[in-house]
Amino acid sequence: MRAPVWKLLGLALGITAVGVLIGFYAGKLTTEAGSPSYTVPVQTTNGKPVVDLTIETVAAVGPQLSPSHPDYVSYLIRNTKGQWVRDTVWKLPANATVHVTIYNFDGASGLRNAYLARPQGVDGNVMVVDGKTLDVIPPEDASHTFAVPAYGLIVPVAPVADDAKNPCGYAPCALSYDHRTIQFTFHTGKAGHYRWQCFVPCAAGWLYGFGGPMQTIGYMDGFLDVV
Amino acid sequence: MSSSSTPTAAQPNHARRVIVAWIVLSLIATPLVAIFLGPAIPPGNASVQASGQTTDNTVMITILTPIICLLLVFFVYALSQFRKERGADLVDGPPLRNHSTVQFLWVGVSAVIVLFLAGFGTYELLQNGAGGGQGPNPIAVPSGSKLQVQVIAQQWEFTYRYPSYGGLETSQLVIPSDTLIELHVTSLDAVHSFWAYQLGIKADANPGVDNVAFLKTKGPRTFDIHCAELCGLWHGYMFSTGRVVPAGQFAAWVKQQQALFASVAQYMPPYATEYYPDPQRRAG
Amino acid sequence: MRRLLGFNLLTGIVLGVVGWYAGWYAAHLVAGPSIDYFADIDVNELSVVLAYLGGVIGFLIGLGFLNYPFARLRGYPPSLREKETQGIGRYFGLCTDHKVVGIQYLVGVGVFLFIGGLNAMLIRIELLSPTKQVFPAGSYLTIVGIHGTMMMGMMTSGILGPFGNYLIPILIGARRMAFPRIEALTFWLLMAGGVILETTVFFGGFPTGWTGYGPLNIQANPGMDCYILFFALVGISMTLLGLNMIATIVTMRAPGLTWTRLPIFVWGVISTSVLMVLAAPVLIAALGMALLDRTAQTSFFIPSAGGSDYLYQNLFWVFGHPEVYILALPGFAIVLEILPVFARKPLWGYRLAVSGLLGVSLLSFFVWQHHLFVSGINGDLRPFYMFSTELISIPTGFTFICGMMTLWRGQIRYTVPMLFCLAWFFNFLIGGLSGVFLSDVPSDVTTHGSFFSMAHFHYTIVGGLVFTFFAAIYYWVPKMTGFQLNERMGKIHFWWMFISFNSTFAPLFAAGFLGMPRRVVTYPASLQFINDWVSVSAFFLGASMLFFLGNFIYSLVFARIPAPANPWASKSIEWQLPSPVPVYNFTKIPVFSSDPYGYGESAGPVAVPAGAPAGRD
Repeated sequence: MRAPVWKLLGLALGITAVGVLIGFYAGKLTTEAGSPSYTVPVQTTNGKPVVDLTIETVAAVGPQLSPSHPDYVSYLIRNTKGQWVRDTVWKLPANATVHVTIYNFDGASGLRNAYLARPQGVDGNVMVVDGKTLDVIPPEDASHTFAVPAYGLIVPVAPVADDAKNPCGYAPCALSYDHRTIQFTFHTGKAGHYRWQCFVPCAAGWLYGFGGPMQTIGYMDGFLDVV
Repeated sequence: MSSSSTPTAAQPNHARRVIVAWIVLSLIATPLVAIFLGPAIPPGNASVQASGQTTDNTVMITILTPIICLLLVFFVYALSQFRKERGADLVDGPPLRNHSTVQFLWVGVSAVIVLFLAGFGTYELLQNGAGGGQGPNPIAVPSGSKLQVQVIAQQWEFTYRYPSYGGLETSQLVIPSDTLIELHVTSLDAVHSFWAYQLGIKADANPGVDNVAFLKTKGPRTFDIHCAELCGLWHGYMFSTGRVVPAGQFAAWVKQQQALFASVAQYMPPYATEYYPDPQRRAG
Repeated sequence: MRRLLGFNLLTGIVLGVVGWYAGWYAAHLVAGPSIDYFADIDVNELSVVLAYLGGVIGFLIGLGFLNYPFARLRGYPPSLREKETQGIGRYFGLCTDHKVVGIQYLVGVGVFLFIGGLNAMLIRIELLSPTKQVFPAGSYLTIVGIHGTMMMGMMTSGILGPFGNYLIPILIGARRMAFPRIEALTFWLLMAGGVILETTVFFGGFPTGWTGYGPLNIQANPGMDCYILFFALVGISMTLLGLNMIATIVTMRAPGLTWTRLPIFVWGVISTSVLMVLAAPVLIAALGMALLDRTAQTSFFIPSAGGSDYLYQNLFWVFGHPEVYILALPGFAIVLEILPVFARKPLWGYRLAVSGLLGVSLLSFFVWQHHLFVSGINGDLRPFYMFSTELISIPTGFTFICGMMTLWRGQIRYTVPMLFCLAWFFNFLIGGLSGVFLSDVPSDVTTHGSFFSMAHFHYTIVGGLVFTFFAAIYYWVPKMTGFQLNERMGKIHFWWMFISFNSTFAPLFAAGFLGMPRRVVTYPASLQFINDWVSVSAFFLGASMLFFLGNFIYSLVFARIPAPANPWASKSIEWQLPSPVPVYNFTKIPVFSSDPYGYGESAGPVAVPAGAPAGRD
């Protein structure tokens, strides 16, 4: 049975068009906000892996690092070249000691649940803020948190004062701007995929402050890819 | 058009065959289901509520087994016996439009079964709440003194407050064994649901609402806690593990947690059954 | 060619785009300063909402829906001028021929069902591994949401749209529906809605799943507005469709067609339409409130500002429960309509079947709180709703007994439509019995919000409705198009689909009981085997749909073997007409003397067919 050529052609064209649309659709969804993981460089001390994680939180990520959402709050990580990268999926070694330094350039928003205002799941249950060892900060002062619920890890991040003279506008923020430095240490266990998030409702304009960047991987949420 | 092509006298008694086959199959299947399958249906026996659910599931599947057997036998029989012969002329079947006995039996028996199941389920529910959240004014309240534990759901973690220990808040749920517990589940933002799987507890966490559920623990064990209501990005990751521990261990754990809690206790709002944190906080 | 110059789909799209920009501009006049479009859309909800509303209105104007009202305003007499009689252009615009609308629905709904199915495949790809993430967690929630929302929105009109529209006038001996333009409107509203839903991916998607619970829906990105608008358009479409069906059936039946002689399919359409008309407006109200909360800063669903999330949950489920019966009832009706033809016996227990359909319809309004058993509703309510939900299984059972006794001592032919109808019994039995478990509160404590509940509704909706949807396609497409669908490929499709469907959803009952909640992107490693089995089965299920599509296109586009007027030897009136049915259906309006199930009784078909002398106009 010979079908007219135009019917076969039409069918082939239709199938191709559908295939292209499906590819575009699936592609749009996979790259929506996901990012490849950033492998944090590892050193070893006494045979056990040690990692230095340097991250910063900024009030607005800016058009350069996020053309579609320039006003989103975001975490950034410093790579080996000293550049700040907007990547929130970090590859860490298993059973390692991780020293974290957070540079915060954002002002206070306040915690919804005051319980999260004390560091937990970190060495000594304390954090070092601008050189001072603290075991709690006033909850309404919290600017952000770094939390890995699977590890029971919660660290509130101290804010830049509201009347600061030299605040950073858009990321990447150089250390010359007003900022706070928070340091703590935690340990990774066995391999796995652990999410981290911020608990401070800092997304202005979304209900409960938890929409937008707070629900988007690549800004205020991410993964620890422990391998 | 003629009716059925075979003379009526030579028709085997289809109804009797089906009924006999059904009875035989049910007599075999129902006890097997009641003894082996029913009790194996989760959640198991880790708490009094979970046991109640398992009993309920067993009763239901035992009653439903004969129904399944009937339909199975009927269809296997009908679809094999009453098929039109290949290649034969198309003839009509007998013009059977109704049979009041069959109708009456079907409606009557299904009504009885359904009413029984509703009644039994209500009985099981009113015993001790069956582990479900009953809202701020529960009606199925077990008697006895209860340990109050509040479950605070937020995006995207559960925290727990113990009002009888000075409003102690923790991020791990630890409860004593062989204890009657009154869970108060609430939320700070979106709708979540506290599901302690092995303990057979599920109560939605609504903002501004105190959802009460009762739990009588049995022996020490761990249990999985999942969020069972879509609450945003990390809903799928909102899980953790809780522990039921002997009373002595529980007391020790409380003391340890209180020591850690001391630093933040000054900032905590007093214990309440609902919280209304500012929806926007200091935005921007 | 004449079509190309008039109002059609092309002008619709053009004016839709114009309307989009008009809406966006209006939003800026009202709410926002004039800043760049894409940066603005993120925070200016009003832009998105008004832009889409403008787009829909422009689209409808472009299709020509305002032409007739304006003509009447200017004094022209009533007419059905758009009822063109030939040309493929009719299918791409506003056509008042109910048969054209039926085919438009079949293709349109079919396309969107495949899109929903694509999303289902993406879900199962993601769930192959608990640790490896193919889609970012936020995108995954959007995929889950689009799958559920698209399927629910499209399948509500899945039977009534194509088959209700095509068949109801013919079955009742009329030449048209009561309101032909409204009929066409329901179709184009649905299409506009479907497109809007898919564009949610450009606005960040929506995180709430198809139920759209607050306050998460208030918190969500602008993609949520796409969901709200889609469902609102679906709601309007449903209400109008139901209204049209009821008006047609009540007022336009041919002489002799008393209520006891109506085909059971028509009763199914009535009971479904009553639900549509009464339940859909509640949904529109709930969505309207959500929209106000999102744009106008009201707080219907925000407890800390005086609202309550229970309000949304209750309003949604007052719609949502009748909605699932809107999905189930057409399935019952089709099974009972097709079974007599292939068992060569009258429909057994006609009155019992009708009371079953109407009973389900009535009771469906009294059970909605079973979706809220553990949500903290007043404890006194739960035994009542458990009772009412258990009760609804009684009228559902009527369909079973009527179908089973119709088969009893029949002359069963295993054609493809019959196979799908028989599979309905198997699938709906499992779906229905799992519903008994879910209606029992203690059991529901563990299974609510878990994959058990998911397996239940997939068994009833896919196993119940989608199987009968295919039965209806294989049964009626020869009448609608005049061409046969390949029987052998149909049987392959059936067995492939039946086996892979059960293989996909049966293990999910276990997954639910083993503690896996719904809408999760990760799960305990112990459940990986079940999930992988289900995912692979789902891929086979998806492939069976593609196989069907291949058969459909091959049979209708390439093979084009003419179908006889009555290939199934049915006594129902539509089979006494030529295939495809001529534009004005009947040359003379028929007179009915009995119901269409006279197998073994009367010698001829149910009504005097077109062209015979003893008819009345």
